[in-house]
Amino acid sequence: MHGATVYNAPRHAAAPTPMSVFRSLAFATLLVAATLLATALLLAIGGYDVRLALAALWTGSVGSWYSLTSATLVRAIPLMLSGGAIAVAFRAGVFNIGAEGQLLAGAAVAAAVALGLPSFGMATLLLALVVGAAGGAAWASIAALLRARFGVLEVISTIMLNFVALSAVSYLVRGPLQEPTHAYPQTSSIASAVRLIQIPGAGRLHVGLVLALGVLGAAGWIMRHTAVGFRLLAVGESASASASAGQIDVGAVTMRAFLVSGALAGLAGAVEVQGVTFALYENISPGYGYTAIAVALLAGLDPWRVIVSALLFAALEAGAGAMQRDAGVPSTLVSVVEALLILAAVTAQALRLRRSDAPAAELPAPVVVRAS
Amino acid sequence: MSEVEVVAPFLAAAVRTATPLALAALGEVLVERAGLINIGLEGAILAGAFGALVGATTAGVAAGYAGAILAGLVVAALFATCVVLLRADQIITGTALTLMSVGVTGTLYRAIYGSSGAALSLPTSAPLPIPGLSSIPVIGAALFAQPPVTYVVYLLAPVLAWWLGRTHAGLALRAIGERPEAAEAAGIAVNRMRVLAVLAGGALGGLAGGTLVLAQAGTFAENMSAGRGFIAIAIVVLGRWRPMGVALAALLFGAASALQFAFQAMGWGAPYQLFLAIPYLLTLAALGGAVGRARAPAALGKPLSRPVNRS
Repeated sequence: MHGATVYNAPRHAAAPTPMSVFRSLAFATLLVAATLLATALLLAIGGYDVRLALAALWTGSVGSWYSLTSATLVRAIPLMLSGGAIAVAFRAGVFNIGAEGQLLAGAAVAAAVALGLPSFGMATLLLALVVGAAGGAAWASIAALLRARFGVLEVISTIMLNFVALSAVSYLVRGPLQEPTHAYPQTSSIASAVRLIQIPGAGRLHVGLVLALGVLGAAGWIMRHTAVGFRLLAVGESASASASAGQIDVGAVTMRAFLVSGALAGLAGAVEVQGVTFALYENISPGYGYTAIAVALLAGLDPWRVIVSALLFAALEAGAGAMQRDAGVPSTLVSVVEALLILAAVTAQALRLRRSDAPAAELPAPVVVRAS
Repeated sequence: MSEVEVVAPFLAAAVRTATPLALAALGEVLVERAGLINIGLEGAILAGAFGALVGATTAGVAAGYAGAILAGLVVAALFATCVVLLRADQIITGTALTLMSVGVTGTLYRAIYGSSGAALSLPTSAPLPIPGLSSIPVIGAALFAQPPVTYVVYLLAPVLAWWLGRTHAGLALRAIGERPEAAEAAGIAVNRMRVLAVLAGGALGGLAGGTLVLAQAGTFAENMSAGRGFIAIAIVVLGRWRPMGVALAALLFGAASALQFAFQAMGWGAPYQLFLAIPYLLTLAALGGAVGRARAPAALGKPLSRPVNRS
């Protein structure tokens, strides 16, 4: 397996110190500033009215209570969960580019459970969420097994599985799961008892937000403070060192990270079905699983920071629609901004390593992780 | 329907589908033999498709191919700058460049040709039957009545095989992919050759994208590369990093994709989504079966070390 330069973990103390709070604020500010600057630059290059476009971006993302809750925060939920999925995988040296496919798999099985089982209210709701996560993990397990058994590069296999998942959903919503009238390529709406409840006074925003925050909070805590998290980071930093010095079962840690990653992405799909769309159809995800890669990389693969970058990207994508409507700026411009931010982050990382004269032990050494 | 009526169009479709895959994969062979892996190939193909659109609408088919190669070169130059010169991570850089290509081509397409993205009809390169060869029964028309770009593949695969295996420059490239430090010690300009390999790979990836537009679809659609860059990388593995093997592997993939047309022609009643998924399923199966036996260049995908003469 080909490894990547492993990202520098913020190694904070347990309690937030003034320094760590300051650093997190600085991180968020820098991210927002860089995003706005890149967007403004691209708008200027494209010859668009920068002021008008940025105003539309603001209005469409955070400028009103409605856009903040029903556009930005609703989008942030799947981005947080799938961004967390990428962070967990990449941290362990697993290049899971397949969050999109795992999200679709989770959405499909969650929809199947929510529609197919007799409704016991809360119990079915929870079951659909759990099964959705399991579906995502199962989809990821194909790539995980191919890597473990045959050394197949998961970058390729997970992308292939994304296309297969999309074909499978396309088949399901025109075949076995299609709504009874067979007029539309989608499932029937799931019963209200199995829907995630909406937060009162906050438009379309649902309790999935609380779930996502809880999951990412826990993931960040596990990575920082537990042996499980330590083993994950150790394997990601150096598989060979972990195996020889740390007596860590590298294969098992890698496999678990892959499955947990798939489960988080699958959960994102289930939450989307049960909280937002209430039905399964082909375009259920506008590429959340791909945006998640940018979200996780910008967050330095830290689950807590993923919350910040997911909010930022959700605002950006929510505002992109408004930019297209009000200022005629193609919404795909946002992908360019995202790509520029990733390139800037990865290049800055490489340059920092290059210039640094710090002793080797303190460097997060770029290490190649080889699959056994 | 007689067998000939099914087989001949099937073979022709196989070769047609294989052409862009073979071009992109042959380029990636050079990149991977130099020890790099360019996931941004997908982005180069998409950029090439857009370059072909711009070139062809401006000044015809030939300009379309030129635009395709140029666009692929731009993506490759960005990859080379980040990875070879700045030593950024290859996988992440490649992923970002693919994302960037999706964004840039989508944005420019909507900005230049209207936000509705109405389908444009472009001049396409007509098939150029080779006299004599094209009249061989069954396979003649399939192999030798193709657009000229297909014949580029027929020439390129053996030429690359000879270049890699029999020339000093080819040996140098392979040495870089196996032991970059040793190659450097032997006086080979490692960085320069890697940059050139990436650029060649980008040009061929761009040409592959141009083929999609100018020899197949006759139009551009957002995201029309549809994972072919990743399939091409799988083809490189399946072809064991050898140009001739890669060309054959591409043909196998072309045949698998062409199955959907053949099955439809035969009135096979399976859901069409299954056929759409075949190339991707085949990639998975091929990777699972091929990787264990093939040996990749030893330095493939490893982070680049500091050049001795610079640090």
